[in-house]
Amino acid sequence: MTLRDLVAFSAAALRGHRLRTGLSLLGVAIGVASVVLLTSLGEGARLYVTGEFASLGSNLLIVFPGKTETTGMSPFVTAASHDLTLDDAEAIARRVRLARRVAPLVFGGATARYGDRRRDVGVWGATADMQAVRKIGLRIGRYLPAGEAARGQRVCVIGAKVRQELFGSANPLGEILRLGDERFRIIGVMAPRGMSMGADLDEMVHVPVSRGMKMFNKTSLFRVLVEVSSHEEIPAARAALIDLVRERHQGVEDVTVWTQDSVLATFSRVLALLTAALAGIAGISLTVAGVGIMNVMLVSVSERTREIGLLKALGVTGRQVVAAFLVEAAILSTAGGLAGLGAAFGATRLFRALYPGFPARAPDWAVGAAVGVSLAVGLLFGALPARRASRLDPIAALARR
Amino acid sequence: MIELEGIGRDFDVGGQPVHALSGIDLVIPEGDYLSLMGPSGSGKSTLLNIIGCLDRPTAGSYRLDGREVARLPEEDLSQIRRHRIGFVFQSYHLVPRLTAAGNVELPMIFAGVERRERAARVARALESVGLSARARHGSEQLSGGERQRVAISRAIVMGPKILLADEPTGNLDTAAGAEIVRLLEQKNAEGLTLLVVTHDPDIGKRARHRLRLVDGKIVSEEGGLVPSRAPALVTAR
Repeated sequence: MTLRDLVAFSAAALRGHRLRTGLSLLGVAIGVASVVLLTSLGEGARLYVTGEFASLGSNLLIVFPGKTETTGMSPFVTAASHDLTLDDAEAIARRVRLARRVAPLVFGGATARYGDRRRDVGVWGATADMQAVRKIGLRIGRYLPAGEAARGQRVCVIGAKVRQELFGSANPLGEILRLGDERFRIIGVMAPRGMSMGADLDEMVHVPVSRGMKMFNKTSLFRVLVEVSSHEEIPAARAALIDLVRERHQGVEDVTVWTQDSVLATFSRVLALLTAALAGIAGISLTVAGVGIMNVMLVSVSERTREIGLLKALGVTGRQVVAAFLVEAAILSTAGGLAGLGAAFGATRLFRALYPGFPARAPDWAVGAAVGVSLAVGLLFGALPARRASRLDPIAALARR
Repeated sequence: MIELEGIGRDFDVGGQPVHALSGIDLVIPEGDYLSLMGPSGSGKSTLLNIIGCLDRPTAGSYRLDGREVARLPEEDLSQIRRHRIGFVFQSYHLVPRLTAAGNVELPMIFAGVERRERAARVARALESVGLSARARHGSEQLSGGERQRVAISRAIVMGPKILLADEPTGNLDTAAGAEIVRLLEQKNAEGLTLLVVTHDPDIGKRARHRLRLVDGKIVSEEGGLVPSRAPALVTAR
């Protein structure tokens, strides 16, 4: 017999029990939809985070003081950890040939006041290079001035939200903003940027780095961002940078250099694991759906005992009976799988419409796997009922009332 | 040609063997018309099932057209049932979700007959039982007599040599029953070997050869053993 005939025969049998067929189809659909949806969310989270990192620029090295590795030395011989100073940053800019831009950063919090309005803000101590490194856009005015002398000036650039809260629609350029006990002249307003890495960039005030260090009484920088011309230069720049800092710090390698790649790879790995875990959880519901199929098929076999007896009397072989019931289970699970896939696509589309910033999208493998797995589930859980059907004694089956 | 020799069939009921059939010797020539009568539990249906290759004897030899089939594996028996044997049951055994035509088509679907060929053979088979007008009706919409006529056309659609009917009129009134008997006898007249298991003596006595079973043994055989035709050779032990 041809597959087409077999499918037609099994489909007709399924149509005979619409409610039962519909319910088990729904079970598979829910299972597949949850696999696709949860992996979409996991994958969306991965894309979102990696996208955030990519927005920092992929030619970036991030230097910060201290060594995160465990060196295994005894506690009595602790390596002296040196500050990462502004001089270090200048030395990097001067002597690491590949470093195109070097942007030191110190970070703290302060209360900003203008007139009788006040607001807690984050303060970045930065230099002119920061604008290019972090791709900071300006709404009005200009960014921090370049040059050695400018590093101590009492000027600041404010975020969009700071401006909104303290000045409303008034022009803040040239006005004096108090940060803690110090007064800064506002020379620019940054364009709205939104959240990045969990911080609201619009709530920041940027001041020259030396000012920032004095304000927060810091001897060490928080970070030094080093930009190179191309992605390929990162390993060489990294090596040169570490050598230089070691030389300046009496031979101790006491800075950690993060590259975009390593951070990205770590996050990507963690989030891929998360996606897999979500898929595993969703897989449980697919298994439940498989048990549902098995149940429906067992009911079908016992309800159609007389029919199976008849088929055998007509010369239908045991193998053909197995095939007929397996095809039935396969139709159930594949149709359920496709329905679930459709529902999941609808839901992710809706999700993207509601949260445009979050790139929820099922990875291709999840789509293929969901359909493949649902088919496999149908065949696996259909096998036992099909075998049971094929082993029915035709005489007893025909005699059943 | 059906040749049974020393056929026995034991069932195991709660550890006790029950002899449903024992020592059946029987030769049924091609084209014969034989009735099997006897009280309930006498083994008539068991004998019919063995002849129809639905059941296997626990003793003896069964040669069908010269081929020993008593010990064949299930797969081979399926092939024999498919091509050589047609069954008609007391309760029709139509598949309720299928139309009359769909039921007749069923054995051909699994035998791998081509779609177009199937349609032609369904039409012919239904016509031969006078049901062409009812081809598209669901089995629920048919009367008992009509259902049994569908079952007969399903039994003959694969072109078998042997037609086995187990109480074919048991669920029918006299008129419908007479029509079914007429149709079965017509098939016999066309050359099929016809075996009918029945309780009804009026039907049983119509057969050319009549067997009576009691307790799994043939107790009597009637019917002129016409020497010029191949007779049913019966030995009652």
